Amino acid sequence: MSNHHIRVTVNGDVQEADVDARLLLVHFIREDLNLTGTHIGCDTSHCGACTVLVNGTAIKSCTYFAVQADGAEVSTVEGLAQNGDLHPIQEGFREMHGLQCGFCTPGMMIASIALLEQNPNPTEDEIRWGISGNLCRCTGYINIVKAVQYAAEKMQE
Amino acid sequence: MIPPSFDYEAPASLEEAIAILGKNPEAKILAGGQSLIALMKLRLASPAVLVDINRIEGLGYIKEEDGWLRIGAMTRESDLDTSDLVREKYPLLADTTRVIADPLVRNLSTLGGNLAHADPANDHPATMLAYGAELVATGPKGERIIPVGDFFTGPFETSLAQDEILTEIRIPSPNGSSGGAYQKLERKVGDFATAAVAAQVKLGEKGVVEQVGIGLTNVGLTPIKATAAEESLQGKEANEAAISEAAQLASEAAEPEADPRGSVEFKRALVKTLTHRAIKTAVGRAQGGK
Repeated sequence: MSNHHIRVTVNGDVQEADVDARLLLVHFIREDLNLTGTHIGCDTSHCGACTVLVNGTAIKSCTYFAVQADGAEVSTVEGLAQNGDLHPIQEGFREMHGLQCGFCTPGMMIASIALLEQNPNPTEDEIRWGISGNLCRCTGYINIVKAVQYAAEKMQE
Repeated sequence: MIPPSFDYEAPASLEEAIAILGKNPEAKILAGGQSLIALMKLRLASPAVLVDINRIEGLGYIKEEDGWLRIGAMTRESDLDTSDLVREKYPLLADTTRVIADPLVRNLSTLGGNLAHADPANDHPATMLAYGAELVATGPKGERIIPVGDFFTGPFETSLAQDEILTEIRIPSPNGSSGGAYQKLERKVGDFATAAVAAQVKLGEKGVVEQVGIGLTNVGLTPIKATAAEESLQGKEANEAAISEAAQLASEAAEPEADPRGSVEFKRALVKTLTHRAIKTAVGRAQGGK
């Protein structure tokens, strides 16, 4: 067992902690920081419910150690809304009915933001490709695609 | 799921990393971690020491030099996917990287990790066999070059020594009319291949196949180089009959096992179909098609 002091900026706030090397980033976020918007779904890097941004790159935080994020900037769903205003992707999911049970939604939104960052005006196929690492068991994806399209338009305004 | 405890080291230099590996026979290298961490969580792997090489600078690059495409072992799949050089000149590699896992996993997973992990279900090994790639291993005495054909010694086993790190992958730069393709059947995005086939060809005058490499994924204990299929196609015009014969020979080279992805018969038939498609696409690309 080895302990490590880490310093991670999460949604703009600097967080310092002593962590066991085997602590997964998703557990650090949920249990140490109490940011429970990042979900644990399959816990085997298939479902994408645990998706967060590390230095702007979307990754599955169930397959990444907290110690690896030392010095990094992490963004979770809690950091999307600014001063009570929803992020365009959140607005898109609300307006287009992009969720039913909502379990996959935080990961879907984070993956979508990373997609739109790289490709601000994606085709439907590119959206489906971009969220292919995120599983939804309710919607059939149709409204999720519409939500991402809504956000893409909104973000280009 | 929580992995077993381990000591974590994040060296800043290759020399340091090699020294730690040399001192700890139970140490494993952490590259992208997308296979290793999953195995650790399932407790199928329990390294005493994890040597994180993500903080070593200079291990991620894609460049052409001296007739080779040189790729740093820590290059992420997503970087291969977005590289114009790879897309334009190395279609087999571009095909392969795009069908590995999913976009989020590809943001972390590395070419070197995919090879050094040596899972027979991984995709790059067959592609590198088809390319005739060379792998650069760096150890305490410096670098040595391992032809990819000598690299995979068994399932999850390679010819890397405990204190060696795979640092570079070298793919011969194509010249003349060359093309390649990777054909994979997966049940869904992110699944391992039921089977997959990599093909790289070079055409000479009158469309005669001058060079050909064919690699098979997940139909044996290691990736398989379909040498009989290659020999049958070499020197022939790449017509329907010649491609069909090579596809048949490739399916005979496969040594699949029955599992939930399919029976032995199904997988052999699949290798035949995928080989046919891969060669046909590779030839089409060598002739200037997409």
